[in-house]
Amino acid sequence: MTVAVTPTRTSKLFRGLRRVPFGVGLSLAFLSLMFFIFLFADLIATHDITAQDLTNRLRRPAIMGGPAQFWLGTDELGRDIYSRLIYAIRTSMLVAIAGSLIGAILGTLLGFVAAHFRGMVEDTIMMLVDWQSSIPFVVVALATLAFLGTSFGLVVILIGLQGWDNYARLVRGLVLSANGHGYAVAIRGLGAPPVYVYWRHILPNIAAALMVQFSLNFPETILLEASLSFLGMGVQPPMTSLGLMLGSGRRFLLTAWWISVLPGAVIFLTTLSISLVGDWLRDRLDPTLR
Amino acid sequence: MNAVVELTDVVRHFRIKRFLAPSQQVRAVDGVSFAVEEGESFGLVGESGCGKTTVGRLVLGMLAPTGGQVRVDGTDLASLSTGEMRKLRRHVQMIYQDPLNALDPRMPIGDQIAEGLAVHGIGTEAERKARALGMMGAVGLSARLADRYPHELSGGQQQRVVIARALLLEPRLVVCDEPVSALDVSVQAQVVNLLAELQQRYGCAYLFISHNLAVVRHICRRIAVMYLGAVVEIAERDELFERPRHPYTRALISAVPVPDPARRGRRSLPKGEPPSPTNPPAGCRFHPRCAFAVERCRHEAPKLLPDGEGHVVACHRVAEGEI
Repeated sequence: MTVAVTPTRTSKLFRGLRRVPFGVGLSLAFLSLMFFIFLFADLIATHDITAQDLTNRLRRPAIMGGPAQFWLGTDELGRDIYSRLIYAIRTSMLVAIAGSLIGAILGTLLGFVAAHFRGMVEDTIMMLVDWQSSIPFVVVALATLAFLGTSFGLVVILIGLQGWDNYARLVRGLVLSANGHGYAVAIRGLGAPPVYVYWRHILPNIAAALMVQFSLNFPETILLEASLSFLGMGVQPPMTSLGLMLGSGRRFLLTAWWISVLPGAVIFLTTLSISLVGDWLRDRLDPTLR
Repeated sequence: MNAVVELTDVVRHFRIKRFLAPSQQVRAVDGVSFAVEEGESFGLVGESGCGKTTVGRLVLGMLAPTGGQVRVDGTDLASLSTGEMRKLRRHVQMIYQDPLNALDPRMPIGDQIAEGLAVHGIGTEAERKARALGMMGAVGLSARLADRYPHELSGGQQQRVVIARALLLEPRLVVCDEPVSALDVSVQAQVVNLLAELQQRYGCAYLFISHNLAVVRHICRRIAVMYLGAVVEIAERDELFERPRHPYTRALISAVPVPDPARRGRRSLPKGEPPSPTNPPAGCRFHPRCAFAVERCRHEAPKLLPDGEGHVVACHRVAEGEI
């Protein structure tokens, strides 16, 4: 006689993790590494990121014949690139995570509001969406920072405002369609108030699409932070970020390429990994595709 | 007897907007009156497009009537606020035609069955779960299935989930909108028997909407026949099936297939298709297809009148004693 074991949701997820495609596995490993760096930057950095060593300027990475104490070489002021990269990853991740979440929450909320109230409310929100998506956001962000002066909080907020329009548009459409769906009608038929239906049923049902949107938007926020910092309007020294390193290293691209290529590679690999993982997660989260 | 739900001259029109053309009105329900009494099962039959589903949605308060009154337990639905309407949902529930569509694809069915209690804040989480499991037993679902998702169940099991979810609130009235027509024939009988059994146990009234006369005959005590937005005849089940009065009812009943060739009578099917509800015929709506129509039927709409033999019929010829 066999014993029937009903698999729980958690065990299903773990069973799924064993069948992760190679590329996604690699991406997950890379993102875990980035997250580890984000959490433990203080422990793994070897140098103070502002410590200058003018006798060791523009040194090559250690494996290319540079001095052994600077694993990834030094920049034009003789600062350790390895340690600066670690802190740059932390700053960029923080800005991108906070910014993406602000955009996702704001956009999703406005999308729900638009779909629920329809009429004037919907028209106003959708007009703002069209307005936002018709102006290159970098220009708006640069103008705002130029007028108000750069500060870390303002950069995070501006990066958060980038991309909310995509969420609002997406969520409005999904909620409108879900509201007409049988299950939403049936649950309202049980006597459930609208917020209950949105929170308990419609949000989980559209979460997969939001996840994909997040995975599309997250790289964009990293790139926006990089662009702003590259132009000198984003994260300010003595803090450092991937975009800032990229920008300050560009003058030495021909003689000391590692200063800007290393942060560039981190940006590229992070954005690529997130896209791959996001796509894979969407498929995993749909119980009808299991 | 107390009426659980009472419809008086209920009218519901829909406006169809078209680009660069005058908008049209669909008279989906045009003057319907009937009452469903406590604990009874009341059938509503008619061909597709006659407005029976719209009547169901009006009874549930999902649609507001254009005219007339829908009273549930004596309260006019139009007088209720949104919040009061939500509270009333406990007493009026619905079973849907397509069970898979009526269930959230991403929630285990055990949670969905308990949902009505959660929505109305009845009991603790554990009590709700226990009651949901009890109800799963009552509708013939194994408790093992509680963690499954809707798409993992068969059509019959999905409909049992929908039934369990509706009945767990112990409603006074359940509107069953074609509850078995999406199911396999073999499963239909099981679900119909289950509905009959649950009515015995919980004493709720059914408003059973269907085009399937065999199913309605099996489960309903009184039956109303709808044609093009109006009720044409109401009678007790056996009366209606054995002595249909209205020409349309006769046609419907003669169209039911009889398995015994010796007992097969002549079929008197109505001529042509039902007319469009955007432009219903004047007078009696059935007259263009009716074999008994006379001049009066073309001008004057008949009223629902008792015929003295337990039927209520809307037909001039019946009222005049001609047929």
